[in-house]
Amino acid sequence: MKTLKKIFSYTVNYRKNLIAAVIFAAIGVTGSLLVPVLTGKAIDFIVGKDDVDFPQVGKTLLFLAASVIISGFSQWIMARNTNVLSCSTARDIRNEFFLKLNKVPVSYIDKNSKGDFISRATNDIEIVSDALTQGFTQFFTGIITIIGTLIFMLVIDFRIALIVIILTPLSLICAAVITKLSHNAFTKQSVIRGELSGFSDEMIKNQNIIKAFGYENKAEENFERLNSDFGSAGLKATFFSSISNPSTRFINGMIYALVGMTGALRAVSGNISVGTLVSFLSYANQYTKPFNEISGVISELQNALVSAERVFDVLAAENESDDSMLPDLKKPDGSVAFDTVDFSYVPEKPLLQDININVKPGQRVAIVGPTGCGKTTLINLLMRFYDTTDGRVLISEQDVREVKRDSLRSSFGMVLQETWLFNGTIAENISYGKPDATEEEIINAAKSAHAHSFIRRLPDGYNTVIGENGGSLSQGQKQLLTIARIMLTDPPMLILDEATSSIDIRTEVKIQQAFEKLMQGKTSFIIAHRLSTIRNTDLILVMKDGNIIEQGSHEALMEQGGFYSQLYASAAAV
Amino acid sequence: MKKLLKYFDGYKKYLFLGPFFKLLEAIFELIVPLVTAKIIDIGIANGNRDYIIKMSIIIILLGLSGLAFALTCQYFAAKCAYGFGTKLRAALYRHINSLSRTETDRLGTSTLTTRLINDTNAVQTGINMGIRLATRVPFLIIGAIIMALSLDIKLSLIFLVTAPLIAFIIYKIMSRSIPMFSANQKRLDRISMLTGENLEGVRVIRAFSRQKEETEKFCNASNEFSRHAVMVGKISSVLNPVTFMIMNLSAALIIWAGGYRVNSGGLTQGDITAFVSYMTQISLALIVLANLIVFFNKAAAGAGRISDIFEIKSSMEDGNSDIIPFEAPVIEFDDVSFSYAGSSANSVDNISFSLKKGETLGIIGGTGSGKSTIANLLPRFYDATEGCVKIYGRNIKDYKLSQVRKMVVSVPQKASVISGTVAENIRMGKSDATDEEIIEALKTAQAYEFIEKLPDGINSPVLQGGKNFSGGQKQRLTIARAVVSKPPVLILDDSTSALDMQTDYRLRKAVSENLSDTIVIMISQRATSLKNADKILVLEDGRCEGFGKHDELEQNCPVYREIVEIQKAGE
Repeated sequence: MKTLKKIFSYTVNYRKNLIAAVIFAAIGVTGSLLVPVLTGKAIDFIVGKDDVDFPQVGKTLLFLAASVIISGFSQWIMARNTNVLSCSTARDIRNEFFLKLNKVPVSYIDKNSKGDFISRATNDIEIVSDALTQGFTQFFTGIITIIGTLIFMLVIDFRIALIVIILTPLSLICAAVITKLSHNAFTKQSVIRGELSGFSDEMIKNQNIIKAFGYENKAEENFERLNSDFGSAGLKATFFSSISNPSTRFINGMIYALVGMTGALRAVSGNISVGTLVSFLSYANQYTKPFNEISGVISELQNALVSAERVFDVLAAENESDDSMLPDLKKPDGSVAFDTVDFSYVPEKPLLQDININVKPGQRVAIVGPTGCGKTTLINLLMRFYDTTDGRVLISEQDVREVKRDSLRSSFGMVLQETWLFNGTIAENISYGKPDATEEEIINAAKSAHAHSFIRRLPDGYNTVIGENGGSLSQGQKQLLTIARIMLTDPPMLILDEATSSIDIRTEVKIQQAFEKLMQGKTSFIIAHRLSTIRNTDLILVMKDGNIIEQGSHEALMEQGGFYSQLYASAAAV
Repeated sequence: MKKLLKYFDGYKKYLFLGPFFKLLEAIFELIVPLVTAKIIDIGIANGNRDYIIKMSIIIILLGLSGLAFALTCQYFAAKCAYGFGTKLRAALYRHINSLSRTETDRLGTSTLTTRLINDTNAVQTGINMGIRLATRVPFLIIGAIIMALSLDIKLSLIFLVTAPLIAFIIYKIMSRSIPMFSANQKRLDRISMLTGENLEGVRVIRAFSRQKEETEKFCNASNEFSRHAVMVGKISSVLNPVTFMIMNLSAALIIWAGGYRVNSGGLTQGDITAFVSYMTQISLALIVLANLIVFFNKAAAGAGRISDIFEIKSSMEDGNSDIIPFEAPVIEFDDVSFSYAGSSANSVDNISFSLKKGETLGIIGGTGSGKSTIANLLPRFYDATEGCVKIYGRNIKDYKLSQVRKMVVSVPQKASVISGTVAENIRMGKSDATDEEIIEALKTAQAYEFIEKLPDGINSPVLQGGKNFSGGQKQRLTIARAVVSKPPVLILDDSTSALDMQTDYRLRKAVSENLSDTIVIMISQRATSLKNADKILVLEDGRCEGFGKHDELEQNCPVYREIVEIQKAGE
């Protein structure tokens, strides 16, 4: 109910469409309900040879024509309004959803599956939109039709009306039983379909090894086994579900026959006219239709409510704290400090504990340690993608929580191991951090990242459109582009998280020179595993299990003979 | 698309029997209004109660037999559709498997999976619906018209005008809205692409404070989608009201004209009711048809796309000679150049070398220098654009592909295992391998040390994508899979990158000891791994910069020297 209310709160902006839809739906249905009555009446004036009351027939038919036209136009106006209503509501929800994704903390996005968010932004919202349309055209008009038909039938002849009312549930029960039967078959079918498509996906993705080992026949055998399982499950599901239509049709036919019989018998006794009987027969046909439609729509509406909840769940997520009232980060001198910082991603699993770091302006800091020790977490805290659980992170003596996020983040240039490129041209991707860069600046940045030579060889050079997440570029080329992006912005501080991990060694050496120039006089944080890179830094933070167990210069740490010196010795030995 | 028809083989009879039973059902359905007319004209007019009851029972019996016919038809329809679909899918999968990498690269895996699952499904549904409903609709319409004609020809003229008119309107609206609808589907794809991109790039976007621009970009796409959805809706919103009006106005016309006919004694009151019922039947049938068109449209589009895939022939022709060992270089590159389809630059340029039994070759070079291309040309995943690759002095294209791939086994850079068990994965390399052979291969690949510890040993499960193994473990499994058959040529394409130096060293040693007759081609970024190779090929930008032993190269190949020096400095 709450969800329903919320959906309707989005329709407020389109209240005009909503009201118009309700009014014209009512008019349209009433008009269409008059049709059988008027048809019956007209037929009553056509009794037999030389017994036709033409003036009355003409009058009734004119009424009929008028109500048909009015009803038709009303239906049309209703359809147009519900269409605008549902499309616009869906659009508003979708735009808000996306806006929300850009306001929630990074942790919220990290915690949830990306595919799931995408599915909410598209499939779920589309389902809600469809349900809004369906809800009106079928649910709402269906209910009006049922009520209207009931009233009309009861007014004309309540005895026949009772037959219809008593028998209708039969068709509903029948439909419900069949739906339940086929539901199981459908579940089985979709499970097998999942398996089949999982198998296909795996086999097609691994085409190279299938080919390399001549595994085609075996793969085909397995595929065919799953495929024929799917075939027989699908056959069952489809057949069971297709029983429902003829069965309800048969029951409706039975109702039709019984109405016809009772009506005819009552007509013989002179209680009703032939015209009334004809109207009744039409109603008997019409009355069951909305029931079937509504029962079909109800499951869709239930689906839509679930979908809407999934969307609203995200919309209800908490935003990043408001920083609009906070001052900008004052021109950073490059000093960075962690002051007794504790941090954990999940409360029950503490990660960083009592971290104290003091970086002087212009220092080069390497962070080393085994996988999962918390290296990347430090960066998450520096950029304030996450907030500390306890303690403070200070940039130029300003607490990162007391300045605007944008000003904080733009003072860092960050290159991550996981490259991110978007669907756009190479030039657009390079100039992402500086959209107003000139072509010359872009090319210079690409040159210093040693990306220029491969870009030049692409079919459209800098204007080559690269697909989603880099498309056909190699991992190394993608890294070069993200490096070029940073070369272009020239920020006061740098973060390099395994920035060159996929680049071959000779290119890396060349890029290192460019980084060298870029880092000149800037505070920089470097996560790397190449020892030569680490050795040339001013401060090395050695992390293990969330703690900084050693810190100091290379020489000092080697002398100390601790974890770092062991690490260094074992790596250099091979 | 006609070529898909052959997958109906074995189900053709259902293709005819299904509609036949539907026809019977439709005929029975059409008789009902006639019986009702009889009830009115004979039963009520003469006050014959027995007649009325008898006729009502006949209506119920008609319904019952209609139900039986309908169910028979539904069963045949499902049987035919799923029989067809299953056969089509199997054939499509076989076809996809027969394509060479050049084609599958171009098509992409997601496209192929979509064709194989979603499109075949759409076609299947289309056939099912076609047999069940699409035949019913024309039967009902034509039947209703025939029945009306048999009642009264002049009044039927109204039908002959109305029915085509409604059909025409439905056609017009559908032919405009369906293409617009599918075009809008692409806009929806863009919305999902942008959402995905935003989530992937959340850190970069926030680092550059570009949330506002991203939101703008998204809203533009979203508004565009919505605008077009409204347009499509506007067009299709006309359909129901218009058919409703045409149908009921014609019914009014029938009553009016029918009045004259009754007055002159040509028709009865009951006949008029029957006429009105037929009118309703026709228009309802047409509306059902309109709702079905979407299915057919999807099915036709799917069938088209599937046919397109069937049209694609492998660009690689299988040879027909057997490989006969011969005293010549086992493998040889003779001035080979290669460029990937759609790329203007060559990936490798004029490469020549040859290898004898038991020799090892190291290939070294930077990112994009063409190392993996050479690894792909040897098992004939691709054909050389210029020059030729030879086995025992003969062009590789002459040999049967299956034999070439048995002889040259490569371990690709990206370690991929398939879901199943460890043993099943290893047996991909040799289907009749005994457990002992598997263990031996695992030992050579330095994989037995961790497989041994698993509760089920070599019968332990491998999850999809090998999720239950680390990158280094997966690499070792793929190497075990390659060495189990002790192939004459083994290519290790940077396949030990995730291993630590010690394991890497032990692995290389075991390979050279246990597979002494095998030509091993090792591709690596680490000069130290290749130092002991018989020959080393140095690549840069697809060109050969040096070929020879480590010592020779150190002396006269500047590129090689540079690599070695950098790595020495680094480690």
